[in-house]
Amino acid sequence: MGGLRLYLEVARRGFRRFATYRAATVAGVSTNTVFGFVRAYILIALYHLRPHLGGLDLRQVVTYTFVTQGYLMPMALFGWTEIEERVRTGDIIGDLYRPVDFQGYWLALDVGRAAYQFLARGVPPVLVAALFFSLRLPTPGEWALVVVSSALGLAVSFGLRYLVNLTSFWLLDARGLSQMLVICEMFLGGIMIPITVFPHGLEAASRVLPFASVAYLPVEFFLGRHTGSDALATLGIQALWAVVLLGAGRIALGAVMRKLVVQGG
Amino acid sequence: MGDTMAVYGRLLAARIRGQWQYRTSFFVYLAAQFTITLLDFLVLLVIFTHVPRFAGWSLWEVALLYGLAGVSFRLADLVVSQVEYLPRHLLAGSFDRMLVRPLGALVQLSAEEFELRRVGTLAEALLVLGLAIAHVPVHWTWARVAVLVSSALSGAVIFACIWILGAAFTFLVVDGREFINAFTYGGNFLSQYPLQIYGTALRIILGIVVPIGFAAFFPVLYILGKPDPVTGVAVIRFLSPAVAAAMALLTRAAWRGAIRHHRSTGS
Amino acid sequence: MSPVVEVTGVTKAFTVARRRGRLRRRFEQVVAVDDVSFTLAEGEMVGYIGPNGAGKSTTIKMLTGILVPSAGRVRVAGLDPSRQRVEVARRIGVVFGQRTQLWWDLPLRDSFELLRHFYRVPAPRHAANLDTFSQLLDMGPFLDTPVRQLSLGQRMRGEITAALLHDPAIVYLDEPTIGLDVVSKSQVREFLASMNRQRGTTVLLTTHDLADIERLCRRVMIIDRGRVIHDGPLADIVARYGQQRTLVVDLAEPRPPLEVEGATTVAVDGPRQWLAFDGSAVSASALVAAVAAAAPLVDLSIEEPGIEDVVRRIYTEHP
Repeated sequence: MGGLRLYLEVARRGFRRFATYRAATVAGVSTNTVFGFVRAYILIALYHLRPHLGGLDLRQVVTYTFVTQGYLMPMALFGWTEIEERVRTGDIIGDLYRPVDFQGYWLALDVGRAAYQFLARGVPPVLVAALFFSLRLPTPGEWALVVVSSALGLAVSFGLRYLVNLTSFWLLDARGLSQMLVICEMFLGGIMIPITVFPHGLEAASRVLPFASVAYLPVEFFLGRHTGSDALATLGIQALWAVVLLGAGRIALGAVMRKLVVQGG
Repeated sequence: MGDTMAVYGRLLAARIRGQWQYRTSFFVYLAAQFTITLLDFLVLLVIFTHVPRFAGWSLWEVALLYGLAGVSFRLADLVVSQVEYLPRHLLAGSFDRMLVRPLGALVQLSAEEFELRRVGTLAEALLVLGLAIAHVPVHWTWARVAVLVSSALSGAVIFACIWILGAAFTFLVVDGREFINAFTYGGNFLSQYPLQIYGTALRIILGIVVPIGFAAFFPVLYILGKPDPVTGVAVIRFLSPAVAAAMALLTRAAWRGAIRHHRSTGS
Repeated sequence: MSPVVEVTGVTKAFTVARRRGRLRRRFEQVVAVDDVSFTLAEGEMVGYIGPNGAGKSTTIKMLTGILVPSAGRVRVAGLDPSRQRVEVARRIGVVFGQRTQLWWDLPLRDSFELLRHFYRVPAPRHAANLDTFSQLLDMGPFLDTPVRQLSLGQRMRGEITAALLHDPAIVYLDEPTIGLDVVSKSQVREFLASMNRQRGTTVLLTTHDLADIERLCRRVMIIDRGRVIHDGPLADIVARYGQQRTLVVDLAEPRPPLEVEGATTVAVDGPRQWLAFDGSAVSASALVAAVAAAAPLVDLSIEEPGIEDVVRRIYTEHP
């Protein structure tokens, strides 16, 4: 039980750290909101010509644009290189020899951060959008699925970012890799345009790859696109990726520790 | 002015020399930025797999708009966006060092934080613009070429002014660095598509009041010979240079006022 | 000959927000520089000292144009720094002790070359200056080293060179020897003295190191709480206050203030007492013997006057 309390404390610290940047948060929200509006109008223009494209109606597509904007910051879709920075400065050595599970520590911090950003950056754009557009909101039952799917999405997101950051122990500069992750998550992850609008083969591939699990699948739950066994199957894909990526992360950390022992830190 | 440019050139050269020591990062970043910005164009292509015309425009017509908007934005991004680092200097106290030197603060900020690797994003815009020029069925008269080139420059000035106004704002609100992104990055994104698809409020605020529509949309209407569905005023398509000049004057006054204010109240 | 620097009735007040309670904020006026006036003649080397927060940095910032005075007049080389910042900048050199003016990733030599273009120094003069300074400060070995790899001593020599390469009329030095080893300090002082002697560069030196002042400045201005409380020859200060030392004694038990000839007991704290005495009139050992005779001693130490003490003492004499 002491272990869990420790992680809760770490998470709370992660939350509070981001809660102090108030002006930056307001500024960031306004940028997110503007982007949401621009994207929405682009898709509205498309859907006036092709209603029900990709199985979505206009209301769902508009909702999609603002909800995905809301997921941008919590899922760190612009990139996250905190571990990589600490590797570069050498500060990471202290972190590695702390009597706390390294991966668990960073995951807990991330959960705290994401919790704050869901509230501060995720909710406002949707609220503003609701004033101008008619949005498709989930039913109570669907909300439960959204929460579960988002939690899994965060795990997948962390898993991907954690692995990319760990490569900095081998590569001199993992920032390029981090940006490649951003590219994949933004495009293949259905952030810029719903993957149902992709050509068929690309859509199928995107569904299976981990990037869509981060934010797009949770948004599909938001839109009520998965029910019953389909919902379970989709959550299953997310869960599978979470397990695979976090597991790969543990293996990678083992390799890191072995490397450091050999190199003498 | 010529002297300032000469010193600016040398500062840039020194900065680039310093950054060249980290060559691999440079090229990786450049390639990554090129690809990230290209994603927006890929989305455009995906849209056109479903429709032959979008808001009444063909693919290459929209690409022309996208490319021209991108070129003007990325030019400003390369030369001026560095002013967004002003808060960092204010907090570290290194802005004082700039005030002690016999050169304008804006010039110093631009040179000091110049990042050649942003050229990657400019390359993407030029690529799309080039492809569009090659494919779009336009008879390129000297007038049209002149409008194209002057719009790219006017648009760059307009975006640059927005950035500088945002930096002037950070003298008052040091944490407000990101506030201007809604207008710069948001504005660039908006300008990639024909202005009439947006709701009235957005069109007016981000198209005309913040005169981003003048960066690409209105001039492109002239180049493509299209009617103006937003204002219906024919002469607007030639006003970009005038609008840029007006913005530059306004921005100059605001920036100077901001520095005067800082020198009166700074501790 | 008109003075290089004229400061007349200059005041600088800041409005500071202070929190009162959880939500309310009260705005207070903090006067950092209060009706200060002085002039610096060409070729003078003046020390500008005072406790932390006294207003030294604020004064320098007004002289360099970083800050605009709330009231009063500043003229540097006949120009107003608040209105003609760039012209004034051309004629001055500044060394901020903690912050660098050099380009971090480039060789030292490149920084100098860039500054040459900033200040429009003709190449031959620049080369000659650099040659001279390089010899005086022994910089030859590291002129081609990137600034980020230099030691503090090497970097400070670079900073001072950077401030003087363009032959400014006046140079402001803010803690130029802080953190330096003894050899570097000495080199820097010699260099400054020679610049002042040979080129007539006016120097305003802010420092906490009294030895800098002793070696370099014939005139010292002392500022405390925004007011200049002393402006005169260094010799005056040394004569009057530099000899004052303090004997700190720990007695075996608390006692009323000791009365010992030749010293004044200025403070008592339990068993500890502070006795001020004039080092030129009374020898320390004689004083210790006199104290020991008056009361059993456990421990003792002797304090030399720091700038804080000198200032405090001057201030108590000029309230």
